[in-house]
Amino acid sequence: MRNRFDQQLDRHALAPLTARGVTTLQVNLGKLCNQACRHCHVDAGPHQTGADVNMGEEVAELVIEALRRGGIATLDLTGGAAELNPHFRRLVQEARDAGVHVMDRCNLSVLFEAGQEDLGAFLAEHRVAVVASLPYYRKDRTDRQRGAGVFDRSIDGLLALNQLGYGNGNGERQLDLVYNPVGAYLPADQHQLEADFKRELRQQFDIVFDHLYCITNMPIARFLEWLQRSGNEAAYMKRLLDAFNPAAVPGVMCRDLISIGPDGTVYDCDFNQMLGLPITGERRHLRDLDWDAVAARPIVTRDHCLGCTAGAGSSCGGVTAG
Amino acid sequence: MSSTPPPADSYYHASHVEGFAKIGEAKPDLAEKFFAWYGAAMGPGALSRREKTLIALAVAHAIQCPYCIDAYTKNALEAGADLDQMTEALHVSAAIRGGASMVHGMQMRDHHDALSM
Repeated sequence: MRNRFDQQLDRHALAPLTARGVTTLQVNLGKLCNQACRHCHVDAGPHQTGADVNMGEEVAELVIEALRRGGIATLDLTGGAAELNPHFRRLVQEARDAGVHVMDRCNLSVLFEAGQEDLGAFLAEHRVAVVASLPYYRKDRTDRQRGAGVFDRSIDGLLALNQLGYGNGNGERQLDLVYNPVGAYLPADQHQLEADFKRELRQQFDIVFDHLYCITNMPIARFLEWLQRSGNEAAYMKRLLDAFNPAAVPGVMCRDLISIGPDGTVYDCDFNQMLGLPITGERRHLRDLDWDAVAARPIVTRDHCLGCTAGAGSSCGGVTAG
Repeated sequence: MSSTPPPADSYYHASHVEGFAKIGEAKPDLAEKFFAWYGAAMGPGALSRREKTLIALAVAHAIQCPYCIDAYTKNALEAGADLDQMTEALHVSAAIRGGASMVHGMQMRDHHDALSM
């Protein structure tokens, strides 16, 4: 039986969902993180130190080879806390040398980890765009999702990045924030929330940033476990289904990117990576990828894909429609 | 017609919201007007979606409608409101309810004075 996402595609004559190129490499450097957030879809945390869940040198070299072959416009680094991986800085340097735009999905508190005191300066020097997760502009809601003390450290992180020239709107040092709901509901309108975040962060802390991205919580992993424990799973899945927006489908991120796991396996997105669902075909590892085939591949879909097409749509770059 | 009648010892059922459109099985012309008007009133206009949702949430408490409280709590969150804003809306609702009772005290005083020597 076709999953509920594919059934919606059928209903709107949008099946099958296929890629239209590979302009972004989203690279997950592993599960090691200095935080352990409730919503985290990759189950990252401080305990995830093993070589089996974090990218090693061999795969990092394959990523660099992929960047050098051309065609990739953006390297999107994520984790865990990607910055804690020993190959993070080399990847940034190699990408910038190859003229590739680099985004670092940063949890902000990592800037204050032991050994990372120069991280902000490194990011600024290499013009790395920082995409920082901040669930809300108030302490109580942020700490409820991220853990006690995270809000204050995040504010300190944003202030430190502002001091380095981030978020001042000139595009040289881009600072974007990511919002996702703290619960079983869809995110609010991205433009209105961006205005709220800008006003509140400026008034309360004199913080500036460029854009706010609204991301829908995916019903997988740690968030799914919470949905099940709290009795919200059925209502949340129905909410995603009811809010299916065909206009959000063309812009879903999997059509333009591939997601590389710490072991070099290639996925359609970070969520499929978490679920262990690699791309279709025999050649699913970065070392022997058929790039032409990958650029037009059919996307592997499941029910959770409804999270990317609900309402205004959701991607790692925020809404996909409107 | 519903095949499973609700238990007789309970008046409210969350499933009633889901099946609300069935109200139009009788007098569909009137239901159609109601739903169109409802949608237009809650739709885009001079007030933001968040403002309309918070008004709806406040009214839901004033009329003590459990269906509306559930629905507009979720809607308020999805409109970007937080618990402080939602609670302020509740206080506004309660203040107006309380104020309405208090201001009727003027009628009490007038009548008191009319009856008293």
